Amino acid sequence: MQKSIIDLQHLQLILGNRTILQDINLTIHEGEFIAILGPNGAGKSTLLKLLLGLYKPTSGSIQILGKSPKKGNNEIGYAPQHRTLEADLALRARDVVGFGLDGNKWGISMPNDHRTKSINNALKEVDMLHLADMPVGKLSGGEQQRLLIAQALLTNPKILLLDEPLSNLDISHAQAIVTLITKIARSRNITVLLVTHDVNPLLSSINNVLYMANTRSAIGKPEEVITSKQLSELYGSPVEVVTTKGRIFVIGQDL
Amino acid sequence: MLELFNHQFIQYAFIAGTLITIICAIVGYFVVLRAQAFAAESLSCVGFTGATGAAIFGLSSLVGTFLFTIIVALGFGAFGKRIKGRDIEIGMVLSFALGLGVFFLKLYTTNATEAVGILFGSILSVTTNDLYLSLFTGIAALFTLTIIFRPLLFASIDPEVAEARGVPVTLLGIIFMVLLGVTIAEAILVVGVLLVFALLIAPAATAQHMSNRPVTSILLSVALGLGFTWGGMLLGLFFHVPVSFFIATLAALSYLVAVPLFHLVSPHLYSPLPHGGMEQ
Amino acid sequence: MFDVLQYSFIQNAFLASFLVAIIAAVVGYFLLIRGLTFAGHALSHIGFAGAAGAVLIGVDPVVGLLVFTIAAGVGIGILGRVLKERDVTIGIFLTLALAFGILFLFLYRGYAEQAYSILFGTILGISTLNVIITAIFSFIVLGVLLFLFRPLLFSSFDPEVAEARGIPVKALGILFLILVAITVSMSVQVVGVLLIFTLLVGPAATAMRIVKNPYLAIGIAMLLGIIYSWVGIFIAALTNLPVSFFIATLSFGTYIIVRMVEPFLQKHYA
Repeated sequence: MQKSIIDLQHLQLILGNRTILQDINLTIHEGEFIAILGPNGAGKSTLLKLLLGLYKPTSGSIQILGKSPKKGNNEIGYAPQHRTLEADLALRARDVVGFGLDGNKWGISMPNDHRTKSINNALKEVDMLHLADMPVGKLSGGEQQRLLIAQALLTNPKILLLDEPLSNLDISHAQAIVTLITKIARSRNITVLLVTHDVNPLLSSINNVLYMANTRSAIGKPEEVITSKQLSELYGSPVEVVTTKGRIFVIGQDL
Repeated sequence: MLELFNHQFIQYAFIAGTLITIICAIVGYFVVLRAQAFAAESLSCVGFTGATGAAIFGLSSLVGTFLFTIIVALGFGAFGKRIKGRDIEIGMVLSFALGLGVFFLKLYTTNATEAVGILFGSILSVTTNDLYLSLFTGIAALFTLTIIFRPLLFASIDPEVAEARGVPVTLLGIIFMVLLGVTIAEAILVVGVLLVFALLIAPAATAQHMSNRPVTSILLSVALGLGFTWGGMLLGLFFHVPVSFFIATLAALSYLVAVPLFHLVSPHLYSPLPHGGMEQ
Repeated sequence: MFDVLQYSFIQNAFLASFLVAIIAAVVGYFLLIRGLTFAGHALSHIGFAGAAGAVLIGVDPVVGLLVFTIAAGVGIGILGRVLKERDVTIGIFLTLALAFGILFLFLYRGYAEQAYSILFGTILGISTLNVIITAIFSFIVLGVLLFLFRPLLFSSFDPEVAEARGIPVKALGILFLILVAITVSMSVQVVGVLLIFTLLVGPAATAMRIVKNPYLAIGIAMLLGIIYSWVGIFIAALTNLPVSFFIATLSFGTYIIVRMVEPFLQKHYA
């Protein structure tokens, strides 16, 4: 029996006067690779923030690694979507990755071999070592995304939360990132939750899909969850799912 | 109170002040519409350099201000969209302009009062030459504004559609910049380099929160501006305190009070006009 | 020519500007990374009103500067980034601050001279007491910045991830603005309210175009600031022309040169 790593019971979240999540129940096990899908505003990023302790649930419980979520948990790695950065920013790739190591500690980093080595290893793992001294503003979206992932991995987390790492990347770059994440996750036995708009590049890597819509959710194998029947039930209105050439498309909705 | 108006300097002050306020109110409407407040601030700092540097060429500070602001305004107009987002560069240029200004000032006068006059206004010491110059340029500016009014409004609200309809958007942009330069030089005379916002932006910004319709907005802007200027001058004369202080305070307080007030009274009224690509 | 260096008022000026250049470099780097250069501008204008008010009630202008800028800094910190888009609102607040500044000064007898010196700096007239005050505050600012360096840098780059890693992002932001306020107050003594950019932003902006390593960039910014100030003071002492003009020219000139040379520096990275 696989260990339960994330457990949500009757989770409810109301922000302002909007109910984002209503009665979410699910369990995620150690080592699973989960894609989180759903339309905009469904609460996908919000769910990640709940797991990080950045939001508190209105009611219900969250157990992550056997405890309630709290900020500053080194066992959870988090990489948000890369943003466009000023080209003149005086920060190098290795500086950004270095934040993952000691960015949250007071004082300044004294140069030492151990630190440099750890950062170099992290850069190597995401295939960015050759760009270590480049200013971050000059890197492409895909390259910046790799840095953020390397940063998140530096505390040797057990869970990796990735918020739309594939958006704004073209197909080949997106595929490369997926391959990278899969490789890392398998070799370190990390549980991965990845929010995305398009599940297709991930179909061969993921275990389960968590589909969120209309304040509710459904979790299970892709072929079980992303069906016309299941999604129509979730949305509360007719939704059509089309599978062709091994790819899944949801008609009339953001996937 | 009315015997005040027997004095020439007060007559000059009111005549020049009234005309300049009117121009500022109208041009200011467009500045707020086109989101070019930052450019306005830059031009006024540059005005300081022109005013103090004028002495080198034996010109009056008003002429120096005009020349310099117009030249730089043309530069801004020429650079066009490439200026956007260049806060640091513009900030550096402004600082240098001010530094140059203080250098000129020290070279030609050890009188700190003159610096203060340029920085905070000298409407009560307008010379006859200055009066005629400002009246002349002011009327020319108003005239130009009347001619370009409709296409400028169109180009400011929706530059892409305007261009498609044959409006020379870029050219109008340059003409407007020059107009702005002239207007700011005039505003400097009344309230000084540092308080230009009070005459140029405050009345127009307040008016735009009170009404969505261009003509109404502009008329309101003029009315507010005149209120600030006349009120400011009278209060200043009465209390023997710099006029620009009162003008600026009246203007600023009106904006800060009126905006939330109008927001509460009719929230639907405030809908920012679309800016198209006009951000500066 | 060099015997001018023997005078204590020159030595005071050198010492004070040295300290200011150091803290301005660090603060300036962070202002640029966080996109808050407008805050430096705003704080110095608001500081003007404070300085003028202090003169009116017979107190050292630096006290007025500190009180007003710190209060404004906290205000900006609490109101958050919302303020950045509101050019007009900020401009109107600044106009009000400047207007009151000139009123306060007008009510004080020697007002034109005081106005001039607050607006353009009076480093050559700095008293020994003020040098000591500058030293104390500079050490405090530098010490706190060294302590906050890593989490501040991290939260400047990515506030979301930083918060997830347990960094108190909002509190740090407010604390940073207080440090900016103090630095602005100290810098006003050297270059005055109107030219604050030349020392606060200029050196850091220039350094950031030369190197991309944060520590090196700050180090170079410190060096540049010290050079600009010392050369400016020296020439001003000899020619009796305003210090702030020379600092502004050096700051601006160096920036332009570096900008033009920059494409050739880039080849280093290709």
